[in-house]
Amino acid sequence: MSTHLDITLTVNGERVSRRVEARRHLVDFLRLDLGLMGSHAGCEHGFCGACTVRVDGAVVRGCLVLAAALDGAQVETIEGVSDTGEIRELQEAFIARNAAQCGYCTPGMLLTAAELLRQNPAPTREEIREHLSGNYCRCTGYHAIVDAVETTLMKRLKRGSEPSVMIEKSVSSL
Amino acid sequence: MKAPPLSYVRAATLTEAFQLWRGAGPDARLLAGGQTLLATLAFRLSDPGTLIDISRLRELRGIAQVGTAAVRVGALTTHAELGRHELIRSHVPLIAEAVPLIAHPAIRNRGTIGGSLAFADPAAELPACCIALDAAVIARNAADERRIPAAQFFTGLYTTALRPYELIAAVEFPVAKAGERAVILELARRSGDYAMAGIAAKARLAGATLVDPQIVFFGLGERPVLAQAAMAAISGQQVLAGTIAAAQAALATDLDPPADQHGSPQTKRHLAGVLLARALKRMAGIEDARAA
Repeated sequence: MSTHLDITLTVNGERVSRRVEARRHLVDFLRLDLGLMGSHAGCEHGFCGACTVRVDGAVVRGCLVLAAALDGAQVETIEGVSDTGEIRELQEAFIARNAAQCGYCTPGMLLTAAELLRQNPAPTREEIREHLSGNYCRCTGYHAIVDAVETTLMKRLKRGSEPSVMIEKSVSSL
Repeated sequence: MKAPPLSYVRAATLTEAFQLWRGAGPDARLLAGGQTLLATLAFRLSDPGTLIDISRLRELRGIAQVGTAAVRVGALTTHAELGRHELIRSHVPLIAEAVPLIAHPAIRNRGTIGGSLAFADPAAELPACCIALDAAVIARNAADERRIPAAQFFTGLYTTALRPYELIAAVEFPVAKAGERAVILELARRSGDYAMAGIAAKARLAGATLVDPQIVFFGLGERPVLAQAAMAAISGQQVLAGTIAAAQAALATDLDPPADQHGSPQTKRHLAGVLLARALKRMAGIEDARAA
């Protein structure tokens, strides 16, 4: 029982060990302790989705997870999935469709959209909206964001069963 | 805001969890998915001093069939797991149908059924579903286990029948029987918000008649409300304009919704009536469920 804990976890493929305050949430840990500023702290009570990151392969609210609870976990942030190229297509579509304005919600939008495309190979526009409904954007009115996700989807569907897509899919499902 | 200063400890076994809990005192809180608890900490609505992390306890995990008549769901099962699990989809379809209505994907990946029931938000989906389905909450303390029928579990606003140093180990759902229809509907201003008004219902459809209906409203009182007068009004009846109207009229007896940020008691009663009509039609297989 203690107010400070030693944790070791994997962040974007790198093993890191730190001593954290028990009350420290994951986004503050990433930003303040590791200097990864791509995940944003918005409302800090689970409403806005700006802090979305992946823990053990699934997106979570970074403000609703304690760093202390993540000893041994695999964490991926926007920096990590950008470096691996996993969400390159989505990022290009966001730029092409002007789906990012101030950029505050964008990392969370991208990670949430990436999860949707991984789980559902052919979501409807309505399903895209529904899946992103917990990520707030105060600039775009959402239309361009939904467009960008749909564009990425159409591109993937068009390529269909090309071998490179299959490999990408099996790698991202690991 | 940031959470208040606190201590954290992770239990490796259930036995250890109970020992740690005793050591920390009754104000310590158990941390499972944390999707409500951490938000209340951020708002400084709670200041438990110590969090005991039970999220890695294997004893509280897993979904399995118990005999032929029930499915046991470990308390740490996340909403996302509930929504995609084959046993839930085939044997407890109401729960699978409820999952997309619960918050948002990132929260469903982490929030647990045990946490939802223990928090007992009156507008939450799973407590209402558990009552509609006659589920049993399996409560554990350091010494033994007891079954609490869901209808007796929610005792008031954010309060449950759990005793000090007792936790939810699992929830047991009866397997859906042939001919059983179940439905959950809710009205919310934004997708993923807590409902302004919601209904979870179950009945057996015999020919065109609804038999043994179980109708529960959420977001309309201090806890989920079993609408017994409406159930009596529709039981053994065909779903026709007249029987729908009778069931709606019976809600005057069943519901006494307080005014809240979503509207006046009159507004909430009206919404309940609309949802009731849609739910009855859906269970009876009448297509235009939105036309009521």
